[in-house]
Amino acid sequence: MKDTSSPDYIHSDGFLARLMRDQLKLSIACAIFFFAALVALPLLNYYYPEFMAQRVAGFTLTWLILGVLFFPYVWIISYIFIKKSIALEDAEATAAKESAKK
Amino acid sequence: MITSLASTLATAGIDPWIALFSLVTVVITVGMGFWSAGKSKSAGDFFVAGRSVSVGWNASAISGEYLSAASFMGVAGMVMATGYDALWYPVCYACGYLFLLLFIAGPLRRFGAYTIPDFAEGRYDSPLFRKIAVCFVLFIGFFYTMPQMKGAGTTLSYIFPGLPYWVGVAVVGAVITLNVSLGGMKGITLVQAFQYWLKVFAITIPVFVLASVVGHYEDHLAANKTAIEQTAAKPAGIERKALPEKAPKDEQWISPFGKLTTKAMDASIAAAPTPEAKAELEAQKKPYSLLYTYSLIIALVCGTAGLPHILVRFYTNPDGVAAKRTTMWVMILIGVFYVFPPVYGVIGRSLSPELYAAVGAKGTDKVVLELPTLLAGKDHALLGSILSGITCAGAFAAFMSTFSGLLVSMTGALAHDVYGRILKPDSTPEQRLRAFKWAAILIGAVSILLGMQVEALEINFMVGQAFAIAAASYFPLLFMSVWWRGMTMKGAAAGMLGGGITALIAISFTSISDVAAAGAKKLTDAAQVTAYWAERPLASSIKQFWIDHPLARILCEQPAIWAVPLSIILMIVVSKATAKTIPSDVRMKMLVLHAPEALGLKQEYIKEHEGLGH
Repeated sequence: MKDTSSPDYIHSDGFLARLMRDQLKLSIACAIFFFAALVALPLLNYYYPEFMAQRVAGFTLTWLILGVLFFPYVWIISYIFIKKSIALEDAEATAAKESAKK
Repeated sequence: MITSLASTLATAGIDPWIALFSLVTVVITVGMGFWSAGKSKSAGDFFVAGRSVSVGWNASAISGEYLSAASFMGVAGMVMATGYDALWYPVCYACGYLFLLLFIAGPLRRFGAYTIPDFAEGRYDSPLFRKIAVCFVLFIGFFYTMPQMKGAGTTLSYIFPGLPYWVGVAVVGAVITLNVSLGGMKGITLVQAFQYWLKVFAITIPVFVLASVVGHYEDHLAANKTAIEQTAAKPAGIERKALPEKAPKDEQWISPFGKLTTKAMDASIAAAPTPEAKAELEAQKKPYSLLYTYSLIIALVCGTAGLPHILVRFYTNPDGVAAKRTTMWVMILIGVFYVFPPVYGVIGRSLSPELYAAVGAKGTDKVVLELPTLLAGKDHALLGSILSGITCAGAFAAFMSTFSGLLVSMTGALAHDVYGRILKPDSTPEQRLRAFKWAAILIGAVSILLGMQVEALEINFMVGQAFAIAAASYFPLLFMSVWWRGMTMKGAAAGMLGGGITALIAISFTSISDVAAAGAKKLTDAAQVTAYWAERPLASSIKQFWIDHPLARILCEQPAIWAVPLSIILMIVVSKATAKTIPSDVRMKMLVLHAPEALGLKQEYIKEHEGLGH
């Protein structure tokens, strides 16, 4: 990154562009898992109704997924996102402060 | 003395336990409001609780505010009435939060503003845009208060049989308005947090007790046969009552693409003149149903991210990390809650099928309140009454907390934006505090009056309207403003208004014919029905249009699938056309939105703005 050495690195376009790109990349990576489930479940219900209607401990498979399992799935995604985004923010702050000192 | 009071209540048809639990809920809520009123002094306390609410408290409070009458009563009723498809509601109500967390919560919090109008003005340096945003806060807010008021009126008339609907609305509305005007948001944070735990307690305990007596969730579900099974299983200990004519069939109820998503097509198929036409429509039924499902998902997920009374709470966290942790906890808290309402719907289908035959407030919507009284038939009369009292208390907590939250955010918009910024920018903190109190009373009164008008409409339907409009207006505004530098004020306003208003118009068309159709259902005589529709030419022609064009009906009832992209496209096109008006300091604004708070860019930004004479 060529801007890193300039004294006003924090206010440069390069810093902002990198900041937004890294954050968006993380958000989209997590969102893909989330959207995949939201898009896939209706499609599975549509194309494989018999598979989704099989019984799992009294529930139908699709009822178990939507009524129960979906919640922990979302918790896992958000846990990973929060951990990574806090780490990302710390790394950005440290890097920006160091380059400002130079 | 107590026994004589109880017998007096009993002769009036009131269960003393139900009345007692409901009363205790109201007294505690009001008491907490008064108690904290002594503690919150400054204007900052009133608006965003001094920005110092801890993660645990704030997460409980957001959840308490979010779990409304629709979640507590509506979801159970809808699962009972329509089956599997209704599960998308609780799932998407909860998942919308993830979306909020991924794309919007962090940047908005770093930008630091009391309200959404603050954000709109700060991002585009436009007082005009602030005014537009304020109108939308109030507008969506009122749409969302109406179903809460309906919940209040319905529950009170369940507890006190014979009490008119409007009295319930007026009493509950007045109590909450008083509470908000006395305590402000600090009081509300405490009350909301308490109410979350009350609601979880009220939805879980009765279900565990019930399930241990009348059979478990999975057994009741197993008793419904799927399309691939020949006969229904008969798990031990489950006694199903016969379903009335109106109830959906087992295989339709338990599988996806059921009654909820195929209503429009069913009406068209029923009206089709020839068997060939019927067969043709029948073939389209499932694809349209899939379309409906996706549109519903978009409305609920994006709508959550755009609800103003939820967003304002992110500002009550001390920093961005706390705001993210709060969202994590909110998702866990509401996720745990949302597993339970469908259980009431499933057990209700087996054991209280008579609710299918009734309509509106007497129908499946009250299954949560009614189901525990079944224990009376199992020789646990007292336990049944107590548990029904607990679920009533939960229902009270549900509509009271959501209405309080809405009242705070709407009052904030009115006092902070309209009074503090537009009418009297040089007002003293004392004056603004007084304005907050008067604004609360004004908005409370309007909400009560609106609530009295909507007795005929369904709770969940009205909530759906608020979500779809928020999805097509606030969500694109926030999402695009945070992630795209090229947005201009004109682009943002065009997209927000274009998406929001077209979605509103589309939804209004469906409600005109639906309200009229609900009225027609009360008539039994065929000649009367004909005369009824002849008196309503607009509703009647819309109804005919839906029958001829079921796809149009689906797209109007669930507009998110086209309204959200429309809004975003409008934003991009208009912003490109007015690219000269991109705010000059957009880079600094984007830095404040995205740079870690530790860098202190926010303070620098404020200083710069003060230097410019803002």
